[in-house]
Order: sequence, then structure tokens, then C-alpha cells
Amino acid sequence: MSIASHNESVSPAAIGDYAAGPAEYFALLKPRVMSLVIWTALAGLLVAPTHVHPVIAVASILAIAVGAGAAGALNMWWDADIDALMARTRSRPVPAGLVEPREALFFGLTLALIAVLTLAVAANLLAAALLAFTIFFYVVVYTMWLKRSTPQNIVIGGAAGALPPVVGYAVATGSVTFDSLILFAIIFMWTPPHFWALALVKSGDYARAGVPMMPNVKGANRTRLEILTYTLILIPLGILPWRMGVGGELYAAMAIVAGAGMAWMALRVFRIREGALANKAAMQLFGFSILYLFLLFSALIVEHSFGLLERFGL
Amino acid sequence: MDEKKPADGIVLTPRQLRNRRLRNLAIGLSVGLLAALFYAITIVKLGPGILRPEP
Repeated sequence: MSIASHNESVSPAAIGDYAAGPAEYFALLKPRVMSLVIWTALAGLLVAPTHVHPVIAVASILAIAVGAGAAGALNMWWDADIDALMARTRSRPVPAGLVEPREALFFGLTLALIAVLTLAVAANLLAAALLAFTIFFYVVVYTMWLKRSTPQNIVIGGAAGALPPVVGYAVATGSVTFDSLILFAIIFMWTPPHFWALALVKSGDYARAGVPMMPNVKGANRTRLEILTYTLILIPLGILPWRMGVGGELYAAMAIVAGAGMAWMALRVFRIREGALANKAAMQLFGFSILYLFLLFSALIVEHSFGLLERFGL
Repeated sequence: MDEKKPADGIVLTPRQLRNRRLRNLAIGLSVGLLAALFYAITIVKLGPGILRPEP
């Protein structure tokens, strides 16, 4: 069996008649993940000390977004068999029978190629190579290898989600520096508490699909301890950009206040272990973690956008 | 040739026909956007002088 025919038996045409419209193809791109990628890549681009022409900036962010979407489509192609087993994912276009697995594969590959080439033309080869590596890491290292083989899947795989600000920074400067790596480290440390909070609640789903998430392999209590540990490492890391001068006072306030919120919620997840309240605490941490990352990177975007306005004399 | 009854006898449902039209439209718009993007990138990278003929 060739790799292209992977998952071809998952979605019989009778279910959805493969009658996908643009909305289903757009859903293949994982738009919610894509929006976070756009936001963090934009922050990386803006914190860079060099000015980028607005057309180049827009083209580059668009290319990064399409690259992230391509990775999402390839992930949905490979994971269609397990997506069909989980309540959270069974309505995705491939398991729902709206898009043929092979179509999702070639859609993802085509978009990945267009995104990387566009970034090479618009920005530079380093940014394009980093985007290609991000897609490769998410699809091959995380999706194909780690996801089904180790409870550390989202820890190591989190590197793919953490790379967009590094790509954004490379668009502006053509280099990778400690400034962009600290943004990488924040997202990398944020990923485990974020996903494990969800995994605590959806452990039945993951068990049915045979995905070795931390709560299924090491137990809920060990997962709670790991969530708390990663959160306690994340909070000082979140403040570091301010100490290094990458973020200003607004960023510092956000990092401290939202960091305290993360710590409080992780502590609640650690302490409340039984019943509906435990699930509620985990889902609150999951939701707040998204807000945490959004606030930190929004603060960077706002502060550095004002810097740009000053540069243009506005 | 009647669009709903091609030579091989496959008849598309109204939903499939509608989505095929929408897919074609989306592909057309995407190609147009990509062309416009590459045009803008070229002008920014090479400067507006690229449009002026050599004296």
C-alpha cells in the first residue's frame, strides 16, 4: 500500500458523498490554530529591530498562515482513522466523508509548497526553510510518529506550534536570535498545560482512539502535577521578554496578571481531583490558557505597532 | 452537452453541482489573489522603475 492511499477506507463516499465546498476545505486548514499562528508570527515580525515593508509583511504572514493550514490539512489526512473514533473530531471533513483522504493529502502538499515558495520570494530563504521545517515537524515528527507512540507527544510536538514567532522574526531580520527564541520557549512551555487540561476531560476519547495522552498513560494525578510544574516554569518565562527589553510595561502587566491567573487555575486543577468540579477546573484552565497566550502576544503587537507608528511620524 | 448528464452517465446531485461551482470560484479567486500578491511583491522588491521602459 502506498503512503498516498493511507486512510482511504476511513470515509466511505456514501456518508458525505465527498461533496465538499470551500467551507469544508477551509475547515481542513484548522482555522482556529491558524489564527493563533498568525497572531504569534505577527508578534515575532513586529518585535524584530528591523523595518519590513507592509506588502512584504502581509505576504509573509499570509504565507505562514497558509503553511500552518497546510500542516493542519496533512494532519487531518493522516489522523482521519482516529479522528473518526473521537467525538471531538469525528465531524472533521475527512472522517465525515466530505473530502477524500487523497484530496486532503494533495491539498495539503500543494498549499505547503505554495506557502514555502511564496515566503522564499517575499522574505528570505531562512524564513522559508524555517516554515518548511515547521510543517515537516508537525506532520512527520508529531502527527506520524510521536502522537501515537509516546505520552510526551505534545511536549516535543509543541515545538512546531512554537516556531511561528521565530519564522516571523526571521522574515524581518533574516536571522534567529535569543529574542525570538524566548518567544519560542514561552509557547513551548505553554503547550503541555494547555493540551493536558483538555486531555484530562477528554481522556475517554483519546483512550478509544488509542492515543497515549498523559492522563491515559501516567494517570490523571501525575498529569495534574505535570500541568502545575510546566505552568510554574511558564510564568517566569512569560515575564522574561520584559526583562530583556522585548516587551514594555503593558507586556509586563499582562505577563504578571495573566501569569497569576494561570498559576491559580493550574493550582485548582491540581487540588480538585474528583467529580464535575474537576472537569470544570480543567476546562477553565484550557480556556484561560488560550487567553493567556493571546494577551501576551497582543501586548507585544500593540507596543511594537505604536513603535511603528512613531517611526512613520504618526 | 448537458452539464447534469455527462457522457459517462454519472449524475451529480444538486449539492455536488453547487459545491463544484463554489470550489471553482474559490480556486479562481485564490489564483487571482496569488497573482496580485506576486505582482505587489515584485514591485516592492524591484521598485516601480521596473514598469518604466528603458530610454
